[in-house]
Amino acid sequence: MAHLSEENIARATAIIALYPKRRSALIPLCHLAQSQDGYLTEEAMEDIAGLCGVTPAEVRGTASFYDMLKTEPVGRYVVAVCTNIACMLSGAYELLEHAQGHLAVHVGETSADGMFTLEEAECLAGCDMAPCVQVNHRFFGPLGNEGFDQLVADLREGSHDADVPHHGVLSRIERRVGLVTKKARAKSTEDVEVSR
Amino acid sequence: MITDAPAIVTRRFPNKRAHTLKGYLASDGYVGLRKALSMSPEAVRDEVNKASLLGRGGAGFPAGRKWSMLRPAETTYLVINGDESEPATFKDHLLIERDPHQVIEGTVIAAYAIGARQAFIYCRGEFALGLERLTQAVNEAYRHGALGESIFGSKFSLDLVVHPGAGAYICGEETALLESLEGKRGFPRIKPPYFPAAIGLYGEPTAVNNIETVSNLPFIVERGGEAFAALGQGSSTGMRVFALSGRVERPGHYEIEMSKTTFRDLIYAESLGGGIRGGRALKAFIPGGVSAPWFREGELDLGLDQDAVGKAGSMLGSGSVVVFDDATCAVRCAWRITRFFHRESCGQCTPCREGAGWLEKILRRIEEGNGRESDLDLLMDACDNIAPGLSWPPQQTTICVLGPSIPSSIASGIRMFKDEFLVHIKDGGCPFEEHR
Repeated sequence: MAHLSEENIARATAIIALYPKRRSALIPLCHLAQSQDGYLTEEAMEDIAGLCGVTPAEVRGTASFYDMLKTEPVGRYVVAVCTNIACMLSGAYELLEHAQGHLAVHVGETSADGMFTLEEAECLAGCDMAPCVQVNHRFFGPLGNEGFDQLVADLREGSHDADVPHHGVLSRIERRVGLVTKKARAKSTEDVEVSR
Repeated sequence: MITDAPAIVTRRFPNKRAHTLKGYLASDGYVGLRKALSMSPEAVRDEVNKASLLGRGGAGFPAGRKWSMLRPAETTYLVINGDESEPATFKDHLLIERDPHQVIEGTVIAAYAIGARQAFIYCRGEFALGLERLTQAVNEAYRHGALGESIFGSKFSLDLVVHPGAGAYICGEETALLESLEGKRGFPRIKPPYFPAAIGLYGEPTAVNNIETVSNLPFIVERGGEAFAALGQGSSTGMRVFALSGRVERPGHYEIEMSKTTFRDLIYAESLGGGIRGGRALKAFIPGGVSAPWFREGELDLGLDQDAVGKAGSMLGSGSVVVFDDATCAVRCAWRITRFFHRESCGQCTPCREGAGWLEKILRRIEEGNGRESDLDLLMDACDNIAPGLSWPPQQTTICVLGPSIPSSIASGIRMFKDEFLVHIKDGGCPFEEHR
């Protein structure tokens, strides 16, 4: 019995069909699994391995390379404060210090209520809004201490629910076009790909 | 000199609906592609060569020449590099979010020019909104006939997949990007082969072009390569999006004519950077992403020109300029940049993996007041082991250029502000009040 939902298995199959070789779908499927569970569970990695024609260890081996793929549970909101050069020059370390106090966590920890995981991020390409913060990869900035507290309050109240889904949900838009012919082609090459 | 040349790739930014097909079509969307399809692929390549379009990702390699190196084969892939992660660079982020159809149109033109039937846009994973807009735009472009079978009724067909990254600076390196696209860890490939044009995605010849590079293609095809080459000077043709950040009054993106506009214009002009924040004095600036050696006042009047900046000992790189004012601590900047490289080193090569860590530790102890007098020599020695001779452009002891990028900020800092490093060591701490 698969861990991924029936609906997500169908999505996974459609994603795999987009690629000439199915292992290429490995990272997109990790994102898909995170959108279901909030992080990458052991069971999901086994499913992905089966779908991509690799071993579960290869899925973990790949996933562990990437910052966005979490193999341990995280909060509903992953709050990433960028401290790289442009943000540092605009007070990012002071903001990070404040964030740790306000959320009562250290960097890398999740708040007791499971709502927030605080991260120190590398440059997020939002330097025109320095210091910038991403919540589940949605941008906010420039943020001072008060702005940060307001953001946290708004997230708690759910007033950002429309634009900030729970952690793991990346693109809420799915590709809906050009899939039929690709699927047929993918099937015809699948056997070749498995014998890696 | 600030010229009045109109923006090319950012010209639709004022329209907040430009990311929709309707908004795009209302401002000449897909006109360039229709024209390209009426031309031969050779004629399209000719226009790009005439434009002398330099790649906008960081290396500045001529786009037309990159295409000409493709090994003839049955299958050719096109991969668009949208993994923008060089610190202080944020132009591709904006191009993806605000004008995704322009990215798609440029991608289809590039694919047509090189005969690729399958293209990928590798979009940085952290760009959630960008991924949504690109995916939506792909859906719309298919329905509009700009993607898929027989594009706009021509014999040319192309499938385009938007591929999300998952957070790794190194995947901006083109061979690491291809590994990642194959579903693996983002390890740069051993060279030779030097170019994916010979052996790329799945071992097939592959062209890898940057987001801003392909965003210029609709204009080049529509108006002609000569119209593009008429902008800028020398080998630095066209317009370019510069990302300005740090201690300036008006951080932001500015699409300006290459070469003619100077760093002084970009940082000080009222219509651009607006000067140093709070009226303070300039200390130094990074001319092209944190991999680039720093500049000072003496280089302010250099044009934003690839060759001129190269000759002056740095690089225009990814087009991101970071400004330090006189309240900025050089040690702290060098430390933070080195820390970034340490965290983002993929770990394959010892000089980079271990060197970056040692350098970060030494810089941190200097900043925290525990430095030793021998530390400056130690820093330079470790840098020399990563990039022998510390020359520019750097020599390398590693598979990719991440390693040799590490010494840039350290060598610049020590060369320009040696006294400041020594004060940290002698006084046992950072002399700057703000510690940032």
